[in-house]
Amino acid sequence: MEQSAELIRMENISKAFSGVTVLENVTLSLKKGTVHALVGENGAGKSTLMKILTGMYDDYGGTIYLEGKEVRFKNEKEALQAGISIVAQELTPIPELTIAENIFLGREPGKILSGLIDKKKLFARTSELMSKLGLAFDPRTKMKALSVAETQMIEIIKAISRDSKLIIMDEPTSALTDAETAYLFRQIESLKASGIAIVFISHKFDEIFRICDEVTVLRDGKFIATKPIGELTEEEIVAMMVGRQIADVYPPLSPPSGDRVFEVKGLSRRGVLSDISFHVGRGEIVGIAGMMGAGRTEVVRAIFGLDPKDEGEILLDGKPVRIRNPREAIEHGIVMVTEDRKNLGIVPIRSILDNIALPNMDFYARWGVIRKDKLTKDAADICRSLAVKAHSLDMPVEQLSGGNQQKVVLAKWLLRDIKLLILDEPTRGIDIGAKHEIYKLMRDLAQSGIPILMISSELPEVIGMAHRILVMAEGRIQAELARGEATQEKIMESIVGAKAEETKTITGGAGA
Amino acid sequence: MSRQTAGAAKAGAWAGRVKFSELYRKYGILFIFIAIVIISAILNPVFLTPDNLLNIVRQNAVIVILACAQTLLIVCGMIDLSAGFVLTLSGCLAAGVMVETGSLPAALATGIVIGGVCGWVSGFLVTRFRLQPFIATLAMANVANGITQVYTNGSAVSGIGAMRNIGQGYVGPIPIPILIMFGIVLLAWFIMKYTKFGLYIYAIGGNEKAAIASGINVDRTKRNIFAFSGLLVGLAGVVLMARLNSGQPSVGAGYEFDAITAAVIGGTSFTGGVGNVFGTLIGALIVGMINNILNLMSVSTKYQLIIKGVLIAVAVIIDMRTKSSRT
Repeated sequence: MEQSAELIRMENISKAFSGVTVLENVTLSLKKGTVHALVGENGAGKSTLMKILTGMYDDYGGTIYLEGKEVRFKNEKEALQAGISIVAQELTPIPELTIAENIFLGREPGKILSGLIDKKKLFARTSELMSKLGLAFDPRTKMKALSVAETQMIEIIKAISRDSKLIIMDEPTSALTDAETAYLFRQIESLKASGIAIVFISHKFDEIFRICDEVTVLRDGKFIATKPIGELTEEEIVAMMVGRQIADVYPPLSPPSGDRVFEVKGLSRRGVLSDISFHVGRGEIVGIAGMMGAGRTEVVRAIFGLDPKDEGEILLDGKPVRIRNPREAIEHGIVMVTEDRKNLGIVPIRSILDNIALPNMDFYARWGVIRKDKLTKDAADICRSLAVKAHSLDMPVEQLSGGNQQKVVLAKWLLRDIKLLILDEPTRGIDIGAKHEIYKLMRDLAQSGIPILMISSELPEVIGMAHRILVMAEGRIQAELARGEATQEKIMESIVGAKAEETKTITGGAGA
Repeated sequence: MSRQTAGAAKAGAWAGRVKFSELYRKYGILFIFIAIVIISAILNPVFLTPDNLLNIVRQNAVIVILACAQTLLIVCGMIDLSAGFVLTLSGCLAAGVMVETGSLPAALATGIVIGGVCGWVSGFLVTRFRLQPFIATLAMANVANGITQVYTNGSAVSGIGAMRNIGQGYVGPIPIPILIMFGIVLLAWFIMKYTKFGLYIYAIGGNEKAAIASGINVDRTKRNIFAFSGLLVGLAGVVLMARLNSGQPSVGAGYEFDAITAAVIGGTSFTGGVGNVFGTLIGALIVGMINNILNLMSVSTKYQLIIKGVLIAVAVIIDMRTKSSRT
């Protein structure tokens, strides 16, 4: 095995978009049979660098060498043919086609005379691939029957099936459970052993330390360092990413005042949630922990009126309120920053101003006409106080980074009188610097008296940011832990205790 | 930290500043419009005469009104394929009321209300039964056409008296259809830019799920858009029949496609959330000017169709290129 042979060398890569430099003399060297972590805050230039490597941009400065020979990919197809594949963060399966058809899309084995697809060969080849990798997928299963994790595995199989020399994985674990991640890592190990190079883009340090051999840090489009992972600590990497030390990730919280502003009693939804009761006080942050599928998101969707509920009562300031849809929730002051930002949080092509205005027409419109002066002033104030990074309020939200989009979603709610702020995975896909800002913001909001209900799959985040933690499993609240008594072990115990009998593995459901 | 200082430093720019690239992206179609004016003026000296220009606008007034209605719908991610037949139905019924009662306000009100009702019904089908707008309005198109044929029995409703003025009259030097047209363009522009209703139209077209999660009553908004655009279709029907001197049961079919063409050339996107009525006005006038210059140059209508088709494709390609050049 040629462990240390260089596969790819990107030298002095520079790139600018309409005059704005996004990459400046970046050098990246990838060795065969290694996993290379690429880290940096959002906007550091990771994606742009990878887009250059995969042929999506061909107007860049600098040189790329593939196994010592200079190459310049004009498009994605050329890069693919040279053996460079990417498993994007946003998966793009064709739901109505089968696993086999998705894997061989665009290069189906054909019958030469008729131009028809040779289905027998297609399924045979896919089966062959599956058995080689030790996977139990049925090639005839339609993509729409697969979970996100399984879809991701198919994308990786697709990359392998192209005889890739390099596979780029952009946040591959962001939607995976722990078991699925472990499974993915075993696959990565075997790819490594066969000499394939892997670029691993992730915000999760525990994973980077688990799976990667080398790490390259980018900051503001500049190359900072490439080092073997063993020579660095997490703190050192973070310091290189943000250019300074982050003293304490989680800011201290002040104790809540104690009045119950929000309360839910006996919330149930057949087959999903049973008998959920809890309360959130003024200035209190309550965290919900649990595995994917435990019912965390379902609880808040029901409270916010996105899903129907069979039973249960919601009380605000002790008085019961009726909530059948998000409109009624918002009218009562219950607002939600959703996990699924692109789908539910923002209108991407519309401006920051329009997005902020959207739920607030009850007090920014008179006789149906928008009071633009007042709206613009208030929106500008709130954006300034949240430090939203943008040229102007007229900028489409889709042009902002993930962290700034999240701030716009927050901004639109903060113009209202909030009785309960629901944050579902508020820091997913956000870099460490922006995370820290969101944490400080949560603290400030709680301090100003707003009750906050937070869901997070990152246990340190729940432990660090909540006054109280509700642990969910199987659609029920299994335990309630106070700040100080909660540890990762205790939370895991409550979860595991509840689902001891049921363990889920990734390949099990594929044949369904 | 750098992010916060950057935020603070940019604070002064919050009021919103306009860049040329942004201007070009937004108004690229205007450059195409001007180019066509210049080319036409060079090709034929008659083109730039006031009479001819006024003629172009007057001939396209009905299409512009219809196109404003389509713009509202397309921006919201919907479409109205029944506009042409509903236009005929409202115009013919208005003519009928005019003949029966002799009252212009009654005729005008009839035409507008009939259009509005048809639109509302389409909206009801879309929101209550989750029909695709394409299907719901296709059904409405057939029903409207059928009612027109039943009512008129296939022959023109003539003797419309004073209703004629709506289509042929003048206020000073300006033809009334043109005044109505500009009135509607301004009204639609104001609604889309300055009202809550307009904000919701863009938001629903841009991301319907996010609009629901922001507490917008999406179904009611959609029904209102259909009803409002229906009112415009009804008005256009009255203007058209007034110009033709009678209620013509066989005119109007296919007008919806000219209206959709105008909206699309004007930069309204079928993916929703993008477009405005000034673009639509320009789009309609571009098509009108192309027809006009081809007529002036005595190009046969057979060739006109071919040329128009090619130009539509080219115009939209140019427009899309200028818009996507930034990413």
